[in-house]
Amino acid sequence: MKLNEVVTKLKLQQVTSFAKLDMVVQGGYVSDLLSNVMGQAKPGMIWVTMQGHHNIAAVGSLIGLAAIIVAGDAKVEQDAIEKGNDNDLPIFVTALSSYDIVGALNKLGVTNEQEKK
Amino acid sequence: MKVEYQVPGGDFDRAGEASANIKKLLQRIGIPADVIRRIAIGTYEGEMNCLIHAGGGRVVAEIEPEGTVIIISDQGPGIPDIQKAMQEGWSTAPDYVRAMGFGAGMGLPNMMKCSDDFNIQSKVGEGSTITMKFLYK
Repeated sequence: MKLNEVVTKLKLQQVTSFAKLDMVVQGGYVSDLLSNVMGQAKPGMIWVTMQGHHNIAAVGSLIGLAAIIVAGDAKVEQDAIEKGNDNDLPIFVTALSSYDIVGALNKLGVTNEQEKK
Repeated sequence: MKVEYQVPGGDFDRAGEASANIKKLLQRIGIPADVIRRIAIGTYEGEMNCLIHAGGGRVVAEIEPEGTVIIISDQGPGIPDIQKAMQEGWSTAPDYVRAMGFGAGMGLPNMMKCSDDFNIQSKVGEGSTITMKFLYK
């Protein structure tokens, strides 16, 4: 599934400024521990977290994630947004909790398994 | 080719600069993406350790035809018990660092897992040096 379909279906609000969101999402991961994400998340995945500081953009960019969703109406710091823009990493926010947004992603078929193409 | 970066102590705003720069450099050279990812993760974890625990440090990347060696050194407090420090979940990070999602005790194990060769030397009161080798296989 493409990122823009996920964004539309889950009504995600983008805080970065990317127009081109047609990359294929390779799966998803949820955690607020950055080292855990670095050890487990794979390139092309969506990462769900409640951390909103700029190191999330650094971690997401190093792994090569498709996007970050900051859940539970958590605040995304301005320097995280800037770093996301600098590193071609879209960041979205949702009022849904991490639990609910991961459930919704799963229903769409975005799971922890790498998408087989 | 050898590049060197200073890691500022406690400055979370500049955290990850060395790993991001090394990643960009390796991408320009044309190193395979999965190897770059491993190098970037290992370097980032090391940078964060310097920043959180040692008041800063130094990252050196030696980029060779067969692989890249990353050496991360600091003059921090040193690690009294390396075996313990290598255990997943063991950490001495302060609470404010944990609140940011760091300090979960996964950094050193992650560095060992993502590198092809991992060596850690540490002396209490003098500092620590980690050497990681990554092959372009």
